[in-house]
Amino acid sequence: MRALRAFFLRFLGTFRNKNSDDISAELDAHLAMHIEDGMRAGLSAEEARRQALIRLGGIEQTRNAYSERRSLPSVESLWRDVVYGVRTLLKNPGFTVAAVLIIAIGIGANIALFTIVRSVLLRPLPYPDPQRLVTLYSLDDPSDPASQNVVAPGDFRDWQSASSGFEQMAMWRWAGFNISGNSGELPEFLNAAAVSSNFFTTLGVQPALGRSFNAGDDLNGAAPVTILSWSLFKRRFHADPAILGTTVKLNTKQQTVVGVLPPWIDYPSPKVQVWVPFAQSNTPDVLASHYAHVARVVARLKPGVSAERALEPLNAVQHQLFLRFNGGGPVEPAIGSEPMIKAVVGNVETPLHVLMAAVGCLLLIACLNLSNLLVARAAARRKEIAIRTALGSSRLRLCREQLTESLLISLAGGALGVLLATGATHWLTTRWTGMPRATAIHPDWTVLFFALGVTFAVAILSGLLPAISTTGKDSLAALQDSSRSVAGSTAKARLRKTMLTAEIALTVILLVCAGLLFKSFLLLRSTDLGCARENVLTMHYFLRGEKYAQPEQLIGFHTRLLERVRHLPGVEAAGLTNVVPGGGLWGDKSVEFPEHPPLPAGQHELALVRTADPGYFQAMQIPLLEGRTFEEQERLNRDQYLVVNQSFVKKFFPNEDPIGKHVKVPWRAEEGENYEIIGVIRDTPYDVGEPVRPAMWFPILSGIPSHTNDAILVVRSRSDVAALAIPVQKAIAELDPDLPLKDVLTVDEIVGESTANSSFSAILVLVFAALSLLLAAVGLYGVLAYLVTQRTSEIGIRMALGARREQVLRLMLFDGLRPAFIGLGVGIAGSFAVTQWIRSSLYGTHPLDPAVYVTVSVTLLLASVCACVVPAWRATRTDPTQALRNQ
Amino acid sequence: MGTKTDVWQGTLALMILKTLESMGEQHGYGIARRIEQTSGDALSLNYGTLYPALLKLEQEGYVVSSWGLSENNRKAKFYSLTRAGRKQVHKETESWEQTTAILARFLTSKQEA
Repeated sequence: MRALRAFFLRFLGTFRNKNSDDISAELDAHLAMHIEDGMRAGLSAEEARRQALIRLGGIEQTRNAYSERRSLPSVESLWRDVVYGVRTLLKNPGFTVAAVLIIAIGIGANIALFTIVRSVLLRPLPYPDPQRLVTLYSLDDPSDPASQNVVAPGDFRDWQSASSGFEQMAMWRWAGFNISGNSGELPEFLNAAAVSSNFFTTLGVQPALGRSFNAGDDLNGAAPVTILSWSLFKRRFHADPAILGTTVKLNTKQQTVVGVLPPWIDYPSPKVQVWVPFAQSNTPDVLASHYAHVARVVARLKPGVSAERALEPLNAVQHQLFLRFNGGGPVEPAIGSEPMIKAVVGNVETPLHVLMAAVGCLLLIACLNLSNLLVARAAARRKEIAIRTALGSSRLRLCREQLTESLLISLAGGALGVLLATGATHWLTTRWTGMPRATAIHPDWTVLFFALGVTFAVAILSGLLPAISTTGKDSLAALQDSSRSVAGSTAKARLRKTMLTAEIALTVILLVCAGLLFKSFLLLRSTDLGCARENVLTMHYFLRGEKYAQPEQLIGFHTRLLERVRHLPGVEAAGLTNVVPGGGLWGDKSVEFPEHPPLPAGQHELALVRTADPGYFQAMQIPLLEGRTFEEQERLNRDQYLVVNQSFVKKFFPNEDPIGKHVKVPWRAEEGENYEIIGVIRDTPYDVGEPVRPAMWFPILSGIPSHTNDAILVVRSRSDVAALAIPVQKAIAELDPDLPLKDVLTVDEIVGESTANSSFSAILVLVFAALSLLLAAVGLYGVLAYLVTQRTSEIGIRMALGARREQVLRLMLFDGLRPAFIGLGVGIAGSFAVTQWIRSSLYGTHPLDPAVYVTVSVTLLLASVCACVVPAWRATRTDPTQALRNQ
Repeated sequence: MGTKTDVWQGTLALMILKTLESMGEQHGYGIARRIEQTSGDALSLNYGTLYPALLKLEQEGYVVSSWGLSENNRKAKFYSLTRAGRKQVHKETESWEQTTAILARFLTSKQEA
């Protein structure tokens, strides 16, 4: 305690006035008393004084010892460095502001990205023991981990019996409900999840209110129950706990609310608003099926058991299932697993890593730039440093002084960067649609330490090189130089050029990556969907409940709706389907061909399933290549007709006319029925940037309840289609006021949503690359401008000896452009390697795309020339007489 | 001079405190002379080392200082013990006596062996 008090006082003493005469007066008094005593003992005045001084041990020594005790000498000299550093920085406000800004942008971008990476990729999931949670999936091909498939509920049941390595495993699948008010609230569509009863206990989640599901709920025919998400509870039920035990109307069916989940649940997605037991929203057929691949599985490993070991008995079970059932339909041969966080994070991992690497490069370039500027300033102070070295200043002391300066700059930059990062993180998370765990993104201690670490790293990185290069033995040479030094600083210039080369190489790599990503994005954006893209409006509706239990009721609504919409002013065409081009994979079915020899046992062919009404293809402007589309009377039981796409024909009917041939497919009946192919349409991709798969369209007017109650209404107009949204919604409300609509989007918006991820990262990387280019250009300018002032006398001599201005210009330009050329070469070589790493993020663009490389090279050279031309031109303006006189 | 022992670092603080305890308020020169006298001139005290030691004690809160007039009417800085200083004297004295007692026993037993 006492020691702490002393330390504190000494610390304060460090900053107090050093010229306090207290100790001098005290020592004077001491000496005077001693001398008096000595004289009283008979010594002469002079001898008494001499004796007194000897016994004291010297006035100056005592004073030094005293003042060292009064303050903290190490802090004191550090403080002096800081004061000195601040003063030098304030003397060059232009330099200081530029340096701080450069560093602030670099550090800010890094902190922002790190905050996201930390929150999304690194921070453990919010469940207890999250490292034991895994997702399990079927594998189409045991040797290919990428061939993931969803799980058949029948398989899952059998896995459970062999799950010795797992504490629990649970399955879930997507569902959706129309919720309508008991007392006239607006209808709404809710994303939902149907989960096995142990889903929440597997995750380790307790409901915030009420109970979770129990085994009795998860039975076919059990009393209908549901659990609400926190957001729905708050939004629609005003967070009133009285909702527990009452019923809500889901798909016109009353379901009892038994629980409310805490707000932080984000698996499978924060979009899930309602949870129901799996068995209650799936038929017994599906529950027992080994062919219906609909469910996803999460499992909790027993402590100390690895996923591989836990999976072994499961794979044995799956192999048995494969051997037993694969004859009757597609059964997966194997099972794979991955940590749950992988499944949650999904497709943002690579873009985030790419962005992190990009901002890392940006920061490195900023450091090199700052380093460069500091070398230039240190060079201007060579004489001062040399003199101080000669007078005995230690090298460490001089280095520390220079490092203090870079530390001050990076601290200011870091502080500003943290502010920038706060804004940038917020902006990024709100703009980056589909970012998983977005609600969990916030800075924490790790981020703070990262910020501090980066700041100090920047200080050392950018300060060390200049500090070392300008101090040391060689620095004494500055004293030997005459003041007419001409070539004295070439060594320093070489160092700066090397740094500049590195800077340009990094910039080139960044530019190439940005170019490739951007080109992919442009290609993706302009993908040919093979159908109308402009002025097409889509909206999703789900016909559920008793009102729509019969086929006649379903097609009654569909046809009445089409009738009304087609008569709205401005509507050119309208149609119905279940998935529009670019709208996703949806589902597939196995197909067989009665006119062909049967497939070898165990082999299955799959095709995507879609539905359409007779007017859909025309409304979507998907060209019919052969045959015809559906006719109005092909409805209800007269539905055995199919329209297929080109890929379907190419794959299954390569050398024959498909029209009139039959496809056996389990559609109306699980065992399969023959459908006649009546038309072939042009290929449309199921997702932007994905290859086209064989697909077949069934008549939506068959009215088969499980297949045709989900529909997308497609409306095409001549001009602005968005204006039609309200009239169409009104038409629907007139037909059924309880029917909610989901995803009222134009086709362009659907495409935009699915490319949003890649567009976002592509644009961000491009921005970072542009910033790097700017920094590199500034660096180039700085170095050349410095070289020109250093070589003024040389240029003066050359011109006095008859060099022409063009020659001087060429000389200086060449000097400045050399690092640009070398950096470009190194950067392109580096890009060859680095771009392989982002290959998976590219679409339709080769990592060695020549157009991108050429564009980057030209851009970089243009920027370099622009940066060099000003100082070079200034060199040619040198007045030889003036230049020589100044020396 | 050869017979005089140098003052160990650390014991000086105790000597100063003890001196102040027995003499009351005193200036630096007075403390120095008193320590020398008490030791029977066996100690060689570098007077200059006294002042940083006094400053340390002051920073630790064991002594306080104020300007006053000496017996010869000279302006001098006087030091006096605080209450914490008094306690510290006792504590230090005890621990010092303990140390010397242990050491003494140790040395005698060694002679016997």
